[in-house]
Amino acid sequence: MVIAVVILLLVISSLLFHFLSPWWFTPIASNWTAIDQTINITFWVTGTVFVAVNLFLAYVVYRYRHNKNRKADYEPENHKLEGWLTVLTSIGIIAMLTPGLFVWADFVDVPADANEVEVVGQQWHWSFRLPGDDGQLGRTAIALINLNNPFGIDPDDPHGQDDVLINSNELHLPIERPVKVLLRSKDVLHNFTVPQFRVKMDLVPGTQSYLWFTPTLLGRYEILCLELCGIAHYTMRGHVVVESESDYQTWLNQQPTFKQSLARISRDIAAGQQSYTACIACHGVNGEGNRAIGAPVLAGQESDYLNRQLNYFRSNIRGGSDDDIYGRQMLPFAAMLADDAAVANISRYLHSLPLVTVTKSTEHRGNVSVGREIYKNCAVCHGEFAQGHYAQKAPKLAGQYTGYLKRQLENYQQGIRGKHPQDMYGSQMILMSKLLQDEQAIDDVLAYIATLQPVQ
Amino acid sequence: MNINRQLLSKPWLSDDADITDSYNQTQCLRVVQTQSTKTALVFFLMVVTVVFFLISITFLSRSQYPDFTALAGPPWLPFSNPITLWVNSAFLLLASIVIRFAATSKASNESVANTRMVLALCLTGLFSCLFLIGQLLVWQQLTASGFAVNGNPANSYFYLFTGIHGLHLAGGFIALIRVVISFVKHADNERLSANLGLCVWYWHYLFIVWMLLFALLTATPATYKTIALLCGF
Amino acid sequence: MKEIQPIADDHQPSGFFAKYVWSLDHKVIAIQYSVTAIFVGLIALVLSALMRLQLGFPDHFSFIDPSSYLQYVTMHGIIMVIYLLTALLLGGFGNYLIPLMIGARDMVFPYLNMLSFWTYLVSVIVLIASFFVTGGPTGAGWTLYPPQAILQGTPGADNGILLMLLSLAIFIIAFTMGGLNYVTTILQARTRGMTLMRMPLTLWGIFIATILGLLAFPALLVSAIMMLFDKLLGTSFFMPAILSLGENLDYTGGSPILFQHLFWFFGHPEVYIVALPAFGMVSDVIATHARKNIFGYRMMVWAIVAIGGLSFVVWAHHMYVSGMNPYFGFFFATTTLIIAVPTALKVYNWLLTLWRGNIHFTVPMFFAIGFIFTFTHGGLTGLFLGNVVVDLPLSDTFFVVAHFHMVMGVSPIMVLFAAIYHWFPLVTGRMLHTGLGKLHFWVTFLGTYAIYLPMHYLGFLGVPRRYFALGDTAFIPDSTQTLNAGITVAALIVGVGQLIFIFNLIWSLRRGKVAVANPWQATSLEWQTPQCPPVHGNWGDNVPVVYRWAYDYSVPGHKTDFTPQNKTDAESLLPDKGGL
Repeated sequence: MVIAVVILLLVISSLLFHFLSPWWFTPIASNWTAIDQTINITFWVTGTVFVAVNLFLAYVVYRYRHNKNRKADYEPENHKLEGWLTVLTSIGIIAMLTPGLFVWADFVDVPADANEVEVVGQQWHWSFRLPGDDGQLGRTAIALINLNNPFGIDPDDPHGQDDVLINSNELHLPIERPVKVLLRSKDVLHNFTVPQFRVKMDLVPGTQSYLWFTPTLLGRYEILCLELCGIAHYTMRGHVVVESESDYQTWLNQQPTFKQSLARISRDIAAGQQSYTACIACHGVNGEGNRAIGAPVLAGQESDYLNRQLNYFRSNIRGGSDDDIYGRQMLPFAAMLADDAAVANISRYLHSLPLVTVTKSTEHRGNVSVGREIYKNCAVCHGEFAQGHYAQKAPKLAGQYTGYLKRQLENYQQGIRGKHPQDMYGSQMILMSKLLQDEQAIDDVLAYIATLQPVQ
Repeated sequence: MNINRQLLSKPWLSDDADITDSYNQTQCLRVVQTQSTKTALVFFLMVVTVVFFLISITFLSRSQYPDFTALAGPPWLPFSNPITLWVNSAFLLLASIVIRFAATSKASNESVANTRMVLALCLTGLFSCLFLIGQLLVWQQLTASGFAVNGNPANSYFYLFTGIHGLHLAGGFIALIRVVISFVKHADNERLSANLGLCVWYWHYLFIVWMLLFALLTATPATYKTIALLCGF
Repeated sequence: MKEIQPIADDHQPSGFFAKYVWSLDHKVIAIQYSVTAIFVGLIALVLSALMRLQLGFPDHFSFIDPSSYLQYVTMHGIIMVIYLLTALLLGGFGNYLIPLMIGARDMVFPYLNMLSFWTYLVSVIVLIASFFVTGGPTGAGWTLYPPQAILQGTPGADNGILLMLLSLAIFIIAFTMGGLNYVTTILQARTRGMTLMRMPLTLWGIFIATILGLLAFPALLVSAIMMLFDKLLGTSFFMPAILSLGENLDYTGGSPILFQHLFWFFGHPEVYIVALPAFGMVSDVIATHARKNIFGYRMMVWAIVAIGGLSFVVWAHHMYVSGMNPYFGFFFATTTLIIAVPTALKVYNWLLTLWRGNIHFTVPMFFAIGFIFTFTHGGLTGLFLGNVVVDLPLSDTFFVVAHFHMVMGVSPIMVLFAAIYHWFPLVTGRMLHTGLGKLHFWVTFLGTYAIYLPMHYLGFLGVPRRYFALGDTAFIPDSTQTLNAGITVAALIVGVGQLIFIFNLIWSLRRGKVAVANPWQATSLEWQTPQCPPVHGNWGDNVPVVYRWAYDYSVPGHKTDFTPQNKTDAESLLPDKGGL
C-alpha cells in the first residue's frame, strides 16, 4: 500500500519538478530550434510512457497486494497483448527517431553560403582563424607551430597569407549569417560547445571536424570545452560575440593577418630599452623589481605575457578596479606607450634581460612539501620549474617576489583581477586560484615556488 | 534439438519439452568432460578470433592513411621476399602435422604407441619452439635494418600481430605440457586422446591464423587498397 | 544411472585452506568474488562521496584539487563498472547460481574457476596499487581516451595509466577464464530434463551476458595493448602528430577516434553485461515474490538474445560528437532506438507479471519494484541521448551522468540488493533482518532518485561533466549551486545509509533468524537442495531430474501455489486432478 502511494507521489513530484524547475535549456540563440522541438517531442513521448508505466505499476502493486484468500493468475503468455505492445512501442520509437534523423540530416549538410571559421583548441585555451579575402584557409602543420607562428600556418602557402588570426579566447560573428565552424586541435581531444547554439563537436588532433549554425540573437556567449582534456579542462573557456554586420567589420579590421603577424616579429629592442627608462624607478634598472614597493621582477619574463599585460593596463582591462591599488599605479605608465609597436618592443627588451635572483622572503611561512603537491596543478601551464611557457600563455613564476605572487592570487580569488570581460585568460586564473582554499594553501604553494630556480 | 526449435518451444507445456536436449546427466562423466573441454575450446577460439579480427580491421583502416608504408612491394622492402617467414611457416606446419600424428597414431603394442606419441609430442614442442625463435629472429632483423616498432605503422602492426600470435602459441605449449603431465599422473588414455585432439585443433587454428597474417602482412599496397575498399574504408 | 560429478571433485576438501582459500567449490569462489567486489565497490563509493563534496561545496575542501578530483572520477567509474558490477554479477552470482540452478554439482572446470578468482584479485591489487605510485592513478576519465590519457597535463600519465591498462588486461584474462566456465557449464552440464527453455531467466541473463563479455572484452584488450604500445614503445596507433604542453612530440599518423571505436565496441556490450543478469535476476525475484509465473517467458528470452545481439551494433552512439564521420550517426541512432523495443517489452512483462499476481511485500520485492521504477526512468532518458541530434546539446553534460547512473548505478544496484536479500538464506542459512532491510530500501530508493532526477536538469541547462568547478558563467544560474549542494547531501545520506546494509549483512550472519529450507517457496532448482545452505557437491547422493519450467507458480490444479522444477506431476497435482 505504502509503496503504491510513494510511486504515485514520485510521479507527481517528478512532474512538478519538471514544470516548476527553473533549470531548463538556456534560451536559444541560433537557428537550431528544430533541435529544441525534437527534444520536446522526445520529452512528451517519454514523459507519457513514464507516467503511464508508473501509474500502472502503482495500481498493480496496490490492487494485487497479498491476500491469502486469493490465488495469482497463471498466464504464461498472451500473444495478442505482446503484439500490440510491440507495435505501440515501435510507433513511439519511430515518432521520436524520424524527426530526429531529419534534423540530423540538416546538421550534416552545411549550407553552401556558410562562412568558414576555424576554431583551434589547445590545452587550455581557444584561438581562431578566418580564411581572409581569398576565402581559403592556409595549410597548417603541427611541426610548424612555434612562438612566432602559433597557428602553424605554412608560410609558403599563398592561401595562408591573408588568414585572419585571432590569438585570444574571443570570437566575433555577424548575426544572421550561417557559419561553418572547422575544428582543429593542436594537442589532445577537446570539444567546442556554446549551449545557446545547441550544437557541439569534438576537436580531434590529426583530423578536422565541423559543425554549423546561424547565430540569431545578439549577445556574448560562453564557449566551454566539453571533452575532458586534462587538469585545467574546466578552465578552458572562451566567448563568442554575435554582433551587427558593421560592428563585426570593425572588429575584423582590428585583427592581424598571418602576413602582418610575421611582419611584427622583428622588434626594436633598443627602442624598448629607451621606453623602459620611465619604468626604472619602480622596476629597477635590470628589471629586478622592488619588493618594498610591490613592483614585480620583469627581467626574462615571457614577452607574450608582458605584451598582453601592458595592453591590458593601457585599456584598463587590468588595474581598473578600485581595489587594485598597485594595478592602478600602472595605468598612467602603460598609457605612456604610444602604440602596439612600443608595447611589443619593451616586452621583447624585458624578455631579453638576464635573469635576476631575488632573496627569499621571510614573511610567509609555507610548507614546501604541501606546496609541491598543490603546484602539480599549476605546473601544467606554468611549467615543472615554474619557468612559464608561451604556448600555455603562462608567465614565469620562478624567481618572482612571493609577495607579488600572493597579491595576484588574492586579486584573482576576489575578482579584483581577471574579471574584466576582455581579460582573455583571467577567468582561467580565477578558477585555478580558487583551488587554494585558504591563506595557508597560498603560502604553501608559494613556499614551493620559491625553491625553484628560474630558468630561461 | 536445434537451437531455433528450442527457442520457439513452450516450456510450460511439459509434453512439448524435448528431454533428449538435456541428455548429459545420463551419460558418463567422461563424456561430459570431453564435450565440455571441446565447447570451451570453441568459445576460446571465438575470443581469439575476435582479437585478431579487430587488429586486422584497424590495420586495414590504417593502411589507407598517407603515412602507411607497406613492408612488401619494391625489392628493397623486407617482406618482398620473406624467406625467414616461409621457414617459420614450415616449422609451424610441421608442428601441426606432428601433433596430429601424436593424437591419432595407432599401434598394436601399447608401449610402442606411447613411445611414438611421446616422440611426436617432443617434435611438436621442438618445431613450435623453432617457429617462435624464428619469429624473434625476424624481429631482430627488422629492427636492425631500420624497421623499428615505433617507425611506420606497418612495422608497429607487424610486431603487434606476431607478438600476440606468438604469445598464443606459447600458451598452447603450456597447455600441452599440462596435458602430458596429467597423462603421466593418471594414465588415462581416453582423456589423453581427447585432450590431444583439442590441442591438434588449436595448433591447426594457430597455423591458419598465421598463414592469414603472413598473407596480410606481406601484401603490397595495391592489395591493401583492394581489401580496404571491399571493407568500406 | 551413473552419478555425475566433475572430475576434480573426487573427494571432499579438508583443512581451512583447501576449504576456504584455494577452494574449487563454485559456492566458495562465488563468495570470494562477491566479498572482493563489494569491498572494492565501497572504496569507489567513498571516492564518489569525495567527488560530490567538491561539486556540492566547492572551495571548501583543500585536499581535493583538480588533479585528485579527476583521479577520483576515473577510479570511481572504472571500479564500479568493471571491478564491482561485472565481477559481482557474473563472478559472484553467476558462480553461485549456475550449477545450482541447472542441477549440476559444480562448474565443469573447477580449477580454472579458482584461477579466475585469483587472477581477478591480482587485477584489483594492481589497480589499487596505482594509488601508491608516483603521480597517482590515472585521471583520464574511466573512458581513458588518448591522446590525453598518456600525455602530461592529465594525472597519472606516467605510471597510473600503465597500471590501469595492465589491471584491465589481467581482469580480461580472469573474465575469459570465468566466462568459458559459465557458458560451457550451462551448455553441457544441465541435469536431465533441464532444457534451455526450462532455465530460469537469471541463467539466460547470465548466459547471454557471458557470451557478450567473451566477444566484447577482446576489443578493450586490443585497445589497452595498443595504448600501452603507444606509451611505452612510441608507436602511433592512436597518436597523431601533436604538441604536448607546447612541445612537439614524436608521434604521427595515429587516430584517437580509433581508440574510441574499439573502446565503445567493448563499452556498449559492457553495459548489457551488467544489465542482462540484472534483468534475469529481477524476473525471478518478481515471479517468486508475486507467486506468479513470469509473463511472456519466451518473449523475455528472445528479448535477452535480441538485446545481446543488437548491443554489438550500437556502440557509436557514444561517439556522436566525437568527430567521426557524421553519416554514421544515422545508422547508430536507428539501431540504438531499435534496441529500445525489446528492452521496453521486458519492462511491460515485469509489470504484467505483477498484474493479477499475489504480491508479497518482502524486502526483495521492494527492491524489485524500485528497480522497475528507476529502470523505466533511466531507459527513457536513454532515448534522448540515442537520438543523435538530441544528443548534441546533451552530450558530455550532467544529463549523461544522470542517465547512466540511473541505468547502471541505481537499477542494477536495486537488483543486486533484491538478489542479496533473496538468496542470502540459501547462501548462509539465515534470513537478513526485514526491518533493517526495509529501512535500507527506503533510504536507497528515495535517496538515489533524489540524487539523479534533479541531475538531469543540470544537464538540460548545459552544465558540463568532469568539471572540477563551474565558476561564474553567465548562462548558469546561481541556483544550480544550491541544487548541487542538495544532490551532495542526498548522496551522502544514501552512502551512509548503505552502512545499514553492511551492518545487516554482518549481524544476520550470526544472529539472523535461521531460515527454513526454501523460505520464499521458490520453484527453481537452487532452493531444492537437500541441505540449505547446500554443501559441497550440492545434491547429496542423487542429482535432481527436472520435469517442468521454472515458473509453475499458482498453477490451477496443483497442491501448493508453487511447484518446484524437480517435482513430477504425480507429486504436484491435486488428487482429483491426477496427483497422489
